[in-house]
Amino acid sequence: MSTTAVPAQPLELREIPGPSAFGDSWRRTWDMLWLISVTEFRLQYTNTTLGYLWSVLKPFAFFGVIYVVIDQVLGRFANGDAEFPQKLILGLVLFQYFSEATNTALRSIQSKESMLRKTHFPRIVIPLSLNLSAAITLVFNLVGVFLLLIITGVDPQAHWLLVPVVVVALVALTTTLSMLLSVAFVRSEDVGQGWSLTLRALFYATPILYTLTILPDWIQPLINANPLSPLIEYMRVWVVEPSAATPVDLLGVTEGLLIPLAVALVIGLSGFFWFKRDAPRIAEAL
Amino acid sequence: MPRAKAIEVRGLSKRFHVPGRKAPPTLRARLRNPLGRTPGRSLDVFHDLSFDVEQGEFFGIVGRNGTGKSTLLKLLASVYPADTGTIKVAGRLAPFLELGVGFNPKLTARDNVVLNGVMMGLSPAEARRRFDEIIEFAGLQDYVDLQVKNYSSGMKVRLGFAVMTHVDADVLLIDEVLAVGDAEFQERCGDVFEQMHREGRTILLVTHSMPIVTQYCERALLLHEGEIDTIGEPDLVAERYYDVNLSAMLERPDHKLPEMSSKIVAAIGDPYGRIVESWFEDAGGERVERLEAGEQIELHAVVNVAREYPDPRFRFHIVASDGRLMFASDDVALAEGSAAADARIEVEATVENRLPPGRYTIASYIYCGPDTPAGPTKMARLEIAGGRQGEAMPLRHEVKVSEVTAPTNGKPATGEAADVAAAPEAGR
Repeated sequence: MSTTAVPAQPLELREIPGPSAFGDSWRRTWDMLWLISVTEFRLQYTNTTLGYLWSVLKPFAFFGVIYVVIDQVLGRFANGDAEFPQKLILGLVLFQYFSEATNTALRSIQSKESMLRKTHFPRIVIPLSLNLSAAITLVFNLVGVFLLLIITGVDPQAHWLLVPVVVVALVALTTTLSMLLSVAFVRSEDVGQGWSLTLRALFYATPILYTLTILPDWIQPLINANPLSPLIEYMRVWVVEPSAATPVDLLGVTEGLLIPLAVALVIGLSGFFWFKRDAPRIAEAL
Repeated sequence: MPRAKAIEVRGLSKRFHVPGRKAPPTLRARLRNPLGRTPGRSLDVFHDLSFDVEQGEFFGIVGRNGTGKSTLLKLLASVYPADTGTIKVAGRLAPFLELGVGFNPKLTARDNVVLNGVMMGLSPAEARRRFDEIIEFAGLQDYVDLQVKNYSSGMKVRLGFAVMTHVDADVLLIDEVLAVGDAEFQERCGDVFEQMHREGRTILLVTHSMPIVTQYCERALLLHEGEIDTIGEPDLVAERYYDVNLSAMLERPDHKLPEMSSKIVAAIGDPYGRIVESWFEDAGGERVERLEAGEQIELHAVVNVAREYPDPRFRFHIVASDGRLMFASDDVALAEGSAAADARIEVEATVENRLPPGRYTIASYIYCGPDTPAGPTKMARLEIAGGRQGEAMPLRHEVKVSEVTAPTNGKPATGEAADVAAAPEAGR
């Protein structure tokens, strides 16, 4: 039995606002968000012996495969770019985060149905916690990537301090997109099928298996309009090859930066507002 | 002085959108209206509900399936938004629409308690601080680091219930939590609710069990067809609940009622009479709701006859809090031949009290002949005090002992024979 007694004087009546996206206490939203994110992250590795080590080891395994297949078997393609495997691994790790986070968040509201229908909490916690847990995985993966880079002879440099800029921007884009997808999926499950196809298309429409520079001039602005492209390109330049051309060097400020930024903002704001609008009724729409 | 309000509901309405026959909608419908809602119809769950619950009150919400009890609870719990109307709550409210919300089978009891506690409104630090208390309450100290997937369903229920009792809330919403456990668990739930009630917490309980309503609740509300049918005395609400249930059975045109049910329905729709009151008295003639164990039970009832009917009879049942029938009386004639219109008949029954301590409902019935009910049921609650609940019943008993002759041929008694010989000694 609980130890705290109920106060003797009558409590004051207050109108309850009903369910909402963000709740009425930031403290509680954050508490729940952090607790559920960490729990989700830990859940991936319960019943494994290596535990969190897996998330650091994964990039190494990735790299091994890439090295054998692309570097040794196919020969050095990508215009004889000596550091291409390192660039590839960076692109793959970032894209994998994007793909996993959006895919789990897409179904998150449905998979947490029992929680949504049985208790009151800020609805945003659900897609956000899965995103945060994926972001934690990304950070662990990046630790692995940077270890790998150092081992394979990339020198640490001042530009590495800019990495958080890319990571934060990517997480923000992914999270707001996840919010959009999670409520859209409740309206129609066609969104799930559509999104897995879109992800596959995006994989090829983002400079992962290639760099922007090897593409014909006319297609570069198109590929770069996808906000993931400049993110991955900047990551590669800052981390692996600071002398290489950035999207802004290649395409100018408008096509290199402003257009993808505008696309990201549209996605972000629509995710934010659509979620805010649908959240109060999400439990009954399931 | 009236107590302060814990909950104030004013003009509350809720309507659900029910998808049309084709779900998901066809491509054509989707293309015509790509972002809009799927076609369908609206379903009014309830309309313009207003009621109050006082602070510290034990309040029951009853109704048939589909009358909106759970929806009402979900509105109070901020799971669903209201369409119109306001809900005001005093202090912190914790909803228990299910035990162990958010339990993850791959997590240990420790992690699940923290997760569930936070879902129910505790801060993570508070949930961790209470962990030991919670585990002890659940009696699961030896299984703290076991994954919950390895728990039996009984252990899971205990863990969920333990968290529930350690969440500081001024108002508790409880939906049929009692329905999940065995008799012992239900008894324990009852004790815990009583204690929370004594601590001054407000409890709203949704249930289908009328014995629970009459024994625990101070007031109750019957929802019927989206409206408040009755609100007030639990006995009154329980009686109305039975009436409403039976008239609903009659309204189903394709439903073939068993003969008995149709007779009950007739009795409720157009009763010959009513038991207007029933109560208990102690030896001094005072009205009581609580008797000491062994103290004689004296049941009183007043029957008002509406119109003349033949062979009027009275009988009563004693029902335990878990629904078990403990005693059924014989029929007693209420009048010679037939009951006269507008007669007022008083019944007084004395029963030897061999009931173990606990809570009981006494249901009284009037009959027309041996098997035709003459009017609605009347319920009264009775508590038998003394000792802990579930203690052994003091039954009048007799033990007979006869001496067994010891073996005379000089051989030592075998183990078995010695046991037999020792038994009467123990008996004395």
